[in-house]
Amino acid sequence: MKDKSAVVGLGYTEQGKLPGRSALSLYIEAGKNATIDAGLSTKDIDGLIIEPCPTDPRISAFSLAQEMGIELSFGADEQLQGASAGAIMQHAAMAVDAGLCKYCLCAFADTSYSSPGIGGVIYQVGGGINAAYGMFGVAASYAMIAKRYMHEYGATNRQFGTVSVTFRYHASLNPRAVFREPMTIEDHQASRWVVEPLRLLDCCPVHDGGRALIITTAENALQLRHAPVYIMGFGQGHPFDDPLRRKKLTVTGAVQSGKTAFAMAEISPADIDMCCIYDAFSFVVPLQLEDLGFCKKGEGPDFIQNGRIGLGGELPVNTSGGLLSEVYLQGWVGTHEAVSQLRGNCGERQVRGAEIVILTSSGGALSEHATVILRR
Amino acid sequence: MSTKMQKPLPGINKLNKPFWEATKRHELVLQHCCKCGVYRYPVGLTCPECVSDELEWRKVSGRGVVYTWTVFHRAYHPAFANEIPYAVVAVELDEGPRMITNLVDCQLANIKIGMPVEVTFEDVNEEISLPKFRPV
Repeated sequence: MKDKSAVVGLGYTEQGKLPGRSALSLYIEAGKNATIDAGLSTKDIDGLIIEPCPTDPRISAFSLAQEMGIELSFGADEQLQGASAGAIMQHAAMAVDAGLCKYCLCAFADTSYSSPGIGGVIYQVGGGINAAYGMFGVAASYAMIAKRYMHEYGATNRQFGTVSVTFRYHASLNPRAVFREPMTIEDHQASRWVVEPLRLLDCCPVHDGGRALIITTAENALQLRHAPVYIMGFGQGHPFDDPLRRKKLTVTGAVQSGKTAFAMAEISPADIDMCCIYDAFSFVVPLQLEDLGFCKKGEGPDFIQNGRIGLGGELPVNTSGGLLSEVYLQGWVGTHEAVSQLRGNCGERQVRGAEIVILTSSGGALSEHATVILRR
Repeated sequence: MSTKMQKPLPGINKLNKPFWEATKRHELVLQHCCKCGVYRYPVGLTCPECVSDELEWRKVSGRGVVYTWTVFHRAYHPAFANEIPYAVVAVELDEGPRMITNLVDCQLANIKIGMPVEVTFEDVNEEISLPKFRPV
């Protein structure tokens, strides 16, 4: 599948706090904008895969296609939680390569910030026996992974803070970013604990917004408005959903998804110019960098220091500000930054000479994982 | 309006009934695979090693170690608001499975990964006794 398909359109909406916007309207707007960006009409779209909306799971690829007047020759709803974006790109690449459709639209929308009563609550669920012990919310599962990791490798919360501080600086250069005010490591260390060992500034918020992108074959891509961004390789890895049932709590699905993606792309971590890493929580960035092979297991918290993952560093990561500071739209923040960087459209935050980008998305508590390698 | 907010309690069903009958007697029992000998938790339909559905309930040692833990500084449920900050721990039982639980007789500052613990039971109401753990 190496280089057989390409991303040819990106769609955005307003993002952040959008009271009154329906999820359906965000899917439609993002989808329409992706077709405009590609230089296509919505009537050219014949494939559609959506990540179901957390706040309105009634919306399907088929109901959305109907609203947009699109007759599909291929469609799917794909739920891998935060890993959906990367997994959907892979499915779309395979669908266009197999000839099931020509232009596959991939879309997501969320109104978790503004939906009263459901909003953030979706990410705070608890149930069954664990709720009796006060165990609620996905952040606590991540905190348990972080605690175990700190125990095994001697990492500190201050080291994780480098991730939050670096991405906030990147966000300050991104006009689209929700959080642009400067953050220092002292600000990070002074922020309150939420679920220890995670502080408020280790955790991403929830937001409203929509994103879409279009994938077609490498051949079709050459006819369109933008220079194609080719999909070089991809893979998935899905450790058990309940982190406590994994043999090793601190090993992510990036081990398998990265291995598969690098093998398909026929490159190694040394060939990567920059990364878009799923960053719902600060500490998951060094864990994934380790598991993708950028450094040895346990070395991630040291590896990310001294400007290495910042703009101008050896391996810039999440130049948009990521989920921590640009916006929380699950895996659909990294997808758009990776493609924008490879198009050279990132203005002040452009990584000069960026030719190959690795993109990860991750769902559950590091439970589902998808990796995509892109090149210009 | 002085009614104390109730903490959520587990629902008893056909599958997990033996677990809660045992905790009522202050015994910890887990499902044990008759084919391959693996213990499983949480309660489920099959053995996660060999997918056999021949599971039997066996009393276990109730001993284990703290595998990891977190401290809640925010109340996700109003019934826990007065307990903040409180710890939730994952205990790795000697038999293998890990359980989400709380420690008793242990201050937050004294919780350590790897510390040995043993089961104890909190009688919540007539139906439910919750297994919790204390340092040994």
